Amino acid sequence: MTDKIRQYFQSLLLWELVKGLQLTGKYLFRRKITVQYPEEKAPMSPRFRGLHALRRYPNGEERCIACKLCEAVCPAVAITIDSEQREDGTRRTTRYDIDLTKCIFCGFCEESCPVDSIVETHVFEYHGEQRGDLLMTKQKLLANGDKHEKEIAEARAKDSLYR
Amino acid sequence: MVTQYIFYIFAALLIFSASMVITVRNPVHAALFLVLAFFSSAAVWLILEAEFLAIVLILVYVGAVMVLFLFVVMMLDINFVPLREGFARYLPVGIVIAVLMVVAMGTVFTSVYFSGAQMNVVTPTATDVDNAKELGKLMFTEYLYPFEIAGAILLVAIVAAISLTLRKGRSKKSQNPAEQVSVKRKDRVRLVKMNSEKKSG
Amino acid sequence: MLSEIYQWIQGTVLSSIVGFLVPEIFQDEALLLLGIVVKIVAILVPLLLSVAYITYAERKIIGYIQCRIGPNRVGFFGYKLLGLGQPIADAVKLIFKEIIIPSGANKFLFIIAPVLSFAPSIAAWAVIPFDDVSVLADINAGLLYILALTSLAVYGVIIAGWASNSKYAFLGAIRSAAQIVSYEIAMGFALVCVLIAAGSLNLGDIIEAQSGSFLHWYWIPLLPIFIVYFISGVAETNRAPFDVAEGESEIVAGFHVEYGGMVFSIFFMAEYANMIMISVLTSIFFLGGWLSPLQGIPVLGSIPILSEPNIIWLLLKTSFFLFCFLWFRATFPRYRYDQIMRLGWKVFLPITIVWIVIISVMVVAKIPPWFN
Repeated sequence: MTDKIRQYFQSLLLWELVKGLQLTGKYLFRRKITVQYPEEKAPMSPRFRGLHALRRYPNGEERCIACKLCEAVCPAVAITIDSEQREDGTRRTTRYDIDLTKCIFCGFCEESCPVDSIVETHVFEYHGEQRGDLLMTKQKLLANGDKHEKEIAEARAKDSLYR
Repeated sequence: MVTQYIFYIFAALLIFSASMVITVRNPVHAALFLVLAFFSSAAVWLILEAEFLAIVLILVYVGAVMVLFLFVVMMLDINFVPLREGFARYLPVGIVIAVLMVVAMGTVFTSVYFSGAQMNVVTPTATDVDNAKELGKLMFTEYLYPFEIAGAILLVAIVAAISLTLRKGRSKKSQNPAEQVSVKRKDRVRLVKMNSEKKSG
Repeated sequence: MLSEIYQWIQGTVLSSIVGFLVPEIFQDEALLLLGIVVKIVAILVPLLLSVAYITYAERKIIGYIQCRIGPNRVGFFGYKLLGLGQPIADAVKLIFKEIIIPSGANKFLFIIAPVLSFAPSIAAWAVIPFDDVSVLADINAGLLYILALTSLAVYGVIIAGWASNSKYAFLGAIRSAAQIVSYEIAMGFALVCVLIAAGSLNLGDIIEAQSGSFLHWYWIPLLPIFIVYFISGVAETNRAPFDVAEGESEIVAGFHVEYGGMVFSIFFMAEYANMIMISVLTSIFFLGGWLSPLQGIPVLGSIPILSEPNIIWLLLKTSFFLFCFLWFRATFPRYRYDQIMRLGWKVFLPITIVWIVIISVMVVAKIPPWFN
């Protein structure tokens, strides 16, 4: 009975609504957690999977040996590889295309690579202005690798502890 | 002089919209023209310094009654073909009724009681008189009896409308929010303490 | 203060304009007409500006409540200024968007519907008193006039829903029509309490009747009515938690699904103008309008400027209620439709009717300090 009466007055005095307002009112003065993107960036794991790159050995030789493991493993069928024998007898790619519009950034290509050639970098702010800009050719991928080699190597070194 | 022109404008608008109400094909348009007619008559009343009546006309008829009208008219999907079917059959009866009504209205206008000579020219009272206050005084002194009778009739009508639409015997499936929020944990949940069972066999 | 400014403008600018342009015989009428136009502009321009900036405040406040920071990029002349340029940018965007009229829609009604919903919400400002002398139309039936105009706002919604030739829009229109008509009644009865207490339909007189101290304001003798009125006001403006007319999770956007660009933004402006309207009215009816809260308090009441009636007090009280609108929106989930109807008819209506009797008894018994 007392419960009933209390309940009646509580609903009449909008008690629960006031409690709700109190909660949101408290949050009004909380610290804001928004990350203001172009100026601030959230921390990134060394395993972050962004734009792809092809790496080279320190002597400038490209790592990729055209084993086509990445092509085989790619679940989105985004990678296309053609290969040929070079004059020195090694097998090298003549074509290494990644269609970024197909890619799902699963990182399987990176995992499957026996020579750590194809990697995914930390770059996530890229765009294409034309059709074909998002089709990464071998040249583009190698250029990417050259450009970001330092960060790529750093991230690999950091992650090597857990592999 | 300016008020006269304003009166003519609103009177013309009133007649136009009133005639549109009965000539327009689409019932929703007709209802909207009726709203316009109410508006222009409210404006005419305003010119007559009956601001209380004018505002109440808008408040009650435009703001509430016509909204419900529109509501119903919009929901109805009226097919006009069966409505027009009996036009020729009902025409004679319609003409007779129309003639009767015209005659009745004509006698009203030509009768001695409503002739111009009988009409007193209303002299406007001082402008600072509160319309609402004066109306209230009249209503609760001189016209108290008719006013109360009208109120009683309206009340009867309300009760009748509710009792006509109230359907009994149908099991109610709606929830009662007051009941729902007053439920306590102990009314619904019973915690049972029991020892873990031994695997048999 | 406002009337002195107006006197000055009339004395210098207006009279010289009229004297220069209008022939001798019409000068008085022209001055009167021009004066009214100036007053209307003086009400409308700040109103529309505050409508624009309430959208900004809404995004900012709701953002803050959700631990975000809200719009903070668009500013003026290369300075971000906490995003103060956002409403202007939004307005420009909306103006330049194409107005799409759906096929099968009734063109005339489709275009006129936003106007019908916006016009009453600004026309009602004619009778709002800003201080004891500054009011555009000081009519005796001010309260009735406001009731009549707020009841008209529903036409814009209904016509928009019907003229769009769209099922979602029509559902939204029907929901909102039923809701507005229901809450109109509770609101009307709440105002009956106010006018019984004040003994007048004139808004200025209602405020004057509350003078004394903040304990003389009607929020104490009419406390339940105060709450009922404000909640009905929230329902009347179709704001959260009563925004089933829009109900984006059920009927997309309700009556204005088919609207875009400027015609949509007129609906938007009407909604916000109505919010300001309800806030101003609540502060006039229950919190003593322009009266100072310090008035009548032993020590503070003798402070020269703060304890005097001022438009600033009205604006402060209004801002508080506007904040409440946004606060409610950030806090409460949407009501279910049948419960909205239940609240309006089975809770608010009985409360107001009972309180009409109570307040009548209080007025007749001359209970101090309000009714002596």
